[in-house]
Amino acid sequence: MISLVGHLPNLFAVSSELAPARSQMAFTLGFHIILACLGVAFPALMLIANYRGLRRNDADALRLAERWSKVAAVTFAVGAVTGTVLSFEFGLLWPEFTGRFGEVFGILFAIEGIFFFTEAIFLAIYIYGWKRMSGWAHFWTGVPVVISGIGGAYSVVAVNSWMNQPGGFTLGPDGSVTSVDLWKVIFNDAVPYEVPHMILAAYIVTGFLVASVYAVGMLRGRRDRHHRLGLLIPFTVAAIAAPIQFAVGDTAARAIAEDQPVKFAAMECVQTTHRNVTEYIFGICTDDGVKGGIGIPGFDSFLVGFDTDTKVTGLDSVPPDERPPFNTLLHWCFDIMVGIGTALIALGAWLAFVWWRRRDIPSTPWFLRAVAVSGVAAVVALECGWIVTEVGRQPWVVYGVMRTEDAVTGASGVWVTFAATLALYTALGVATVLILRTMSGRWRSADEAEVEVPYGPSEPAPPITGESS
Amino acid sequence: MSTADAVAGVMWVGATLYAVFGGADFGAGLWALIAGSGERGQRARGLVDWAIGPVWEANHVWLIFVLVVLWTAFAVAFESVMSTLFIPLSLAALGIVLRGSGFAFHKLARRGHYRRLAERLFGLFSLLTPFFMGTVVGAIASGRVPVGNAAGDPVTSWLNGLSILTGALFVATGAYLSAVFLVSDARRAGEEDMERYFATRALVAAVGAGAIAVAGLFVYRADARYIYDGLTGDGLPLVIVSALCGLGVLLLLWRGGRRGTRPLAVGAVVAVIWGWGVAQYPYLLPKSLTISDGAADNETLIAVLIVFGVALVVVVPALAFLYTLAQRSVLEGEGRPPGQATGSSSPTP
Repeated sequence: MISLVGHLPNLFAVSSELAPARSQMAFTLGFHIILACLGVAFPALMLIANYRGLRRNDADALRLAERWSKVAAVTFAVGAVTGTVLSFEFGLLWPEFTGRFGEVFGILFAIEGIFFFTEAIFLAIYIYGWKRMSGWAHFWTGVPVVISGIGGAYSVVAVNSWMNQPGGFTLGPDGSVTSVDLWKVIFNDAVPYEVPHMILAAYIVTGFLVASVYAVGMLRGRRDRHHRLGLLIPFTVAAIAAPIQFAVGDTAARAIAEDQPVKFAAMECVQTTHRNVTEYIFGICTDDGVKGGIGIPGFDSFLVGFDTDTKVTGLDSVPPDERPPFNTLLHWCFDIMVGIGTALIALGAWLAFVWWRRRDIPSTPWFLRAVAVSGVAAVVALECGWIVTEVGRQPWVVYGVMRTEDAVTGASGVWVTFAATLALYTALGVATVLILRTMSGRWRSADEAEVEVPYGPSEPAPPITGESS
Repeated sequence: MSTADAVAGVMWVGATLYAVFGGADFGAGLWALIAGSGERGQRARGLVDWAIGPVWEANHVWLIFVLVVLWTAFAVAFESVMSTLFIPLSLAALGIVLRGSGFAFHKLARRGHYRRLAERLFGLFSLLTPFFMGTVVGAIASGRVPVGNAAGDPVTSWLNGLSILTGALFVATGAYLSAVFLVSDARRAGEEDMERYFATRALVAAVGAGAIAVAGLFVYRADARYIYDGLTGDGLPLVIVSALCGLGVLLLLWRGGRRGTRPLAVGAVVAVIWGWGVAQYPYLLPKSLTISDGAADNETLIAVLIVFGVALVVVVPALAFLYTLAQRSVLEGEGRPPGQATGSSSPTP
């Protein structure tokens, strides 16, 4: 008893850092994931426009490609900064996790480092190459940016897949790693569905986000070819990716029902293991089942095994302290993600239909309004999906092997860094949006060269720092 | 040499590259900060922008490289350092965000006061970030980081004379390297007065860094005896090389020479870092964790070496291409130097 009381302050000190550490990690990752999506997919949009511009001698497409490369530079720079913070957080917030399993998953980040470095270098070359290299040579300097974006996404998401489906290592009696099989880490069981799901998400988010900017411009009356093309190129990419994502996501959900049944049970609010499980859309999750919401009898079982008689594992299959928290939140996030994804597919189909009939975008302003909100909607779906993956894995940091509370730092003061991070990232987000707006404003009012991007001054700095316009 | 030693060597190469390129980048921010608001200060800042613009991002990738190799190959050391030194490392991370976004935004900010705010953030945290990193290195060197999750003192481990002195040394070294580089950049830009401007500053910074280094020897002798013994023992030849290179730079700058200052300045920094590496060997955390005790599974170590080899093949040529383009001013079109009144480039498809 004495020793327990003596331990108590220590225990409290350790566990009290868990909440702020998780909040900070969730917040910084939730912020970075948007920039990461842009980093993965924006260069592809830029190259598609570039290709079209060169192939068809299309000045509008070339101008879009040049502007997009400059926007990509800004978001890439911010993403690089927030990504660096994440690599600090692996140690600052989760030293026990990294200390114990760094030798298992770390190599994926080493691989990611090569991709990131390549991407940074070629993005810089590409941006500086405008007007300084011949058209096609310049185009090809952009290709490594796209490839390394996808490679980097694979590496990072594979770490998260490994955390969800850990394998490729053996533990000694004291819980420390005794041997490592890196192939089973790099190609872990969750990679085949998690990695494509995330890369497609990057293309969908970026596509709709960029398209939405031009939709807003068109709603404000700027209906020139520049805006039409600026809407159509990213929209087409996203609209092609969205239905593929539906199939991949459906596969992922079924794989999770198999690999992480408790996560799946939390997503669908399945309290007890049984057959003929009702699929609920929204509703409040309680211990006695779902209150409210729209129920479709047997459909959850059908989704898992294509048969309403399929048995679905419930939350009661594990003790309460091994179930994910925020059950209703998880359930809603899953439903919102699926709902938005479906709506975005419908939006793509709308354009495809009208285009097929009369080679034009739908004339009703409601289409442009829908595109205008599609970017934000895609981001919401992205965040919801990320919450499902991450919160659904709790209370584990390494699924079934290491609990998150055992991974957290013993240092105190995470509340302070979380508060600082919150304030700083808010300012960073606002500044990024303002900067992008300023760039777009200058593009509308002045010449291209006035906009200088973070990869350095191709032009001399303005001689006076006062108001520049 | 064991596989673990080889991986530690690879990590040390990354640390060296970060010290040189990242250090110069921090130093450039410092010079921009204290350049003042006059016409000359504006031009100095313009030169800094022009010089680090194309490479500032790449300069900092080495930090991530070091962190990743550390947590992959020597995870226990990573855990111990990151948890005990939570405060200075959090401050360094904060500094990285603020100086990086400050630099990324300052050229884009439309309003004058936003631009100045971004510039000041970039400058101020170019000073503070390497300082905190120096305190971290000082804490490790003086054996104040025991093995374990937050096992050391959260405050006195890095807030002590030795750590503060090491922090100051980091700042001064970056300023010195950067001023030497900027002399060459000014020459490339064809601005003779800026060449003299940074030559003077390089001289001042060189003397400053040298003085701190000499003072450091006494502090290390008292407080980080293991490193001191190594620096004056096995590491002595490298320390002497570093001192000779440093004196060479001083001499050249004093006599108004420019040629050869860059390699000598880099040589001074590289030699002392490797002298340090020799001094600290075989410890990751002096006297409490050796490289072999802290090393990962052999398969992981070999994988790190393979990845490093691939990185050499893939990244180095690309990086060399970028630096070459930047140096040859191909990237800046016709090599437009800052501060000269030139019109904006006209598109030539």
